[in-house]
Amino acid sequence: MNPPTAAVIRHESGVWRCEGDWTLDGVEALDRQRPNIHWPVSGEVRLDGSGIRAIDTTGALELLSFIAELEKVSHPVQLIGLHEQHQALLDLVCERLALAGSVTAPPPSLNRLERLGQWVVFHTVHVADFMAFIGEATVALGRLALQPGRFRWRALLGNLETAGVNALPIIALLAFMMGIVIAYQGGQQLKTYGANIFIVELVSLTMLRELAPLITAIIVAGRTGSAYTAQIGTMQVTEEVDALRTIGIPPMDLLVLPKLLALIIALPLLTVFADVLSVFGGMVMARALLEVSFSDFLDRFPQVVTPISFLLGVGKAPVFAAIIALVGCYQGFQVRGGADSVGRQTTVSVVQSIFLVIAADALFSVALGGVGLWR
Amino acid sequence: MAVSVVESVIAVRELRTQFGATVIHDRLDLDIQRGEIVALVGGSGSGKTTLLRAIIMLLQPVAGSIHLFGQEIVGIGQSAAFRLRRRFGMLFQQGALFSSLTVRENVGIPLREHTRLPARRIVEIADLKIALAGLPADAGDKLPRQLSGGMLKRAALARALALDPALLFLDEPTAGLDPVSAGAFDELVVQLKHSLGLTVVMVTHDLDTLWSATDRVAFLGEQRVIGYASMRELTQAEHPLIRAYFEGPRGRAAREQVCTAK
Ligand SMILES: Nc1ncnc2c1ncn2[C@@H]1O[C@H](COP(=O)(O)OP(=O)(O)OP(=O)(O)O)[C@@H](O)[C@H]1O
Ligand SMILES: [Mg+2]
Repeated sequence: MNPPTAAVIRHESGVWRCEGDWTLDGVEALDRQRPNIHWPVSGEVRLDGSGIRAIDTTGALELLSFIAELEKVSHPVQLIGLHEQHQALLDLVCERLALAGSVTAPPPSLNRLERLGQWVVFHTVHVADFMAFIGEATVALGRLALQPGRFRWRALLGNLETAGVNALPIIALLAFMMGIVIAYQGGQQLKTYGANIFIVELVSLTMLRELAPLITAIIVAGRTGSAYTAQIGTMQVTEEVDALRTIGIPPMDLLVLPKLLALIIALPLLTVFADVLSVFGGMVMARALLEVSFSDFLDRFPQVVTPISFLLGVGKAPVFAAIIALVGCYQGFQVRGGADSVGRQTTVSVVQSIFLVIAADALFSVALGGVGLWR
Repeated sequence: MAVSVVESVIAVRELRTQFGATVIHDRLDLDIQRGEIVALVGGSGSGKTTLLRAIIMLLQPVAGSIHLFGQEIVGIGQSAAFRLRRRFGMLFQQGALFSSLTVRENVGIPLREHTRLPARRIVEIADLKIALAGLPADAGDKLPRQLSGGMLKRAALARALALDPALLFLDEPTAGLDPVSAGAFDELVVQLKHSLGLTVVMVTHDLDTLWSATDRVAFLGEQRVIGYASMRELTQAEHPLIRAYFEGPRGRAAREQVCTAK
């Protein structure tokens, strides 16, 4: 194949000669030449297309745009000498462009007030939708309680493995490091007062009551909540959710309930696991930094940590689990269209579930403080 | 028939592809000449899509060689592959439009990637391709999810045509189109071939397209090309697989229609 030559228009003895390759590669040069072409002020313009070596649809569009431009300033245009094949292409392009019609004007863009209104309506509807979703899930749960035989155990077990067992290593690591960090920061202060032994209260109570449930929930929201959204969202894109409905399997039963129950079971267990690992992290730090041996630590532990502290921490976990699972699944069902929507809803899902988990935690603190359970 | 030295756009030799232990093609040969419209046919799962994917460098064959525009593509380097990709367009079986972009942006992407045209020109050219593919002008602003199945096919065709490629691959282009649009589609392909010298390789099960638009048809079966001839000759072939394919009631009806029209 010959290398492409640029498309040009030359004025020669009364005709305008079109030459070269009127192809995608060739017309770039023509675009640059365009402002330098000085068309006559009046009268007919004769375009000679016999010098055109090759033409493609882009070139044809270019030629048509020249003709249109000239006719707009009231020059009659005569196109001569075009090869038969090139003429055929030009006709094809003309015909298809005419068939397609012209673009209708886009609707006028909204002003600020209208946009604000839309935003408010959008979010209100979403909150209402989410409430409806929770309601639906509850009803489905009730139905399940009446007919436990219909429950999808296999899906539940699968979810328990992916959301629970597979999360153990990362939770172990992070909980252990959390314990170390808290013991280190608190220990520095206690040391100056010589109150080394109080490290036990510090680490155990903060971890068991607050931090272990919270970081476990946050890890699970990032790990599992996002996976729920992505899975349901992708199924939504490929119409698998619609297929389930058509076959007569409520997506709620197959996709949501097993996930919800699995997380409600797994998250408290993971929290206990995080409790153990984080206190262990604190013990290691206490021995290294504060000369509190393991046996001293463990002696004091049952004296300061009441079962109630432990249960309060673990008791929050099922609530967090419900939040994460419901938000994750709900956002999955909100996916519309394609891949980008899956990505967007996944982000929203993680952000919302972490936000709601922390908000719920704050609510717990206030409420439990109110009834005097907070020590 | 005189042996003419025509430029082979695609030359596949001794191709072997497999997924794991499943062999899809074995010692497959195929030549496609410049300016030809060639259809690949064969039963479902006979490896038509896989063959296309191997030719357009999406799938690495296990053995054999593929020449595209005279250039070996098995083990080709990055930059050479990029230059070759500029010269062909592909219409995927499922459309494969980018879901976050409008149809116009979808069509504009290859132009932005491969040329240095200003944005305004790219929009103009994209609109032209959308019109060529037979979509109304206001389809350009729509997102893929807002289109019907047939419109998606056409938008995908517009993107395949974006760079005015010399070689066009179409995977089931008329599946899901109404008969009128399918006819218009065949006509468009033939017209483009005549005026642009376009080479077209398409996978299709549409017997009307096979009769009206193709120059030659390659029949895939038994992991090879078991018949490669014009539609008229191919329907006379003896091979049991080919006979079974064309001798069904639909195959016969389509042929009779063509014969009476002549
Ligand atoms: N990614 C993959 N992994 C494993 N096997 C595959 C993969 N893609 C395709 N196959 C197998 O390769 C074979 C050929 O598939 P291909 O998609 O090429 O068929 P086709 O001829 O295009 O069929 P159709 O007419 O139904 O589109 C099939 O048996 C399919 O199961
Ligand atoms: Mg296929």
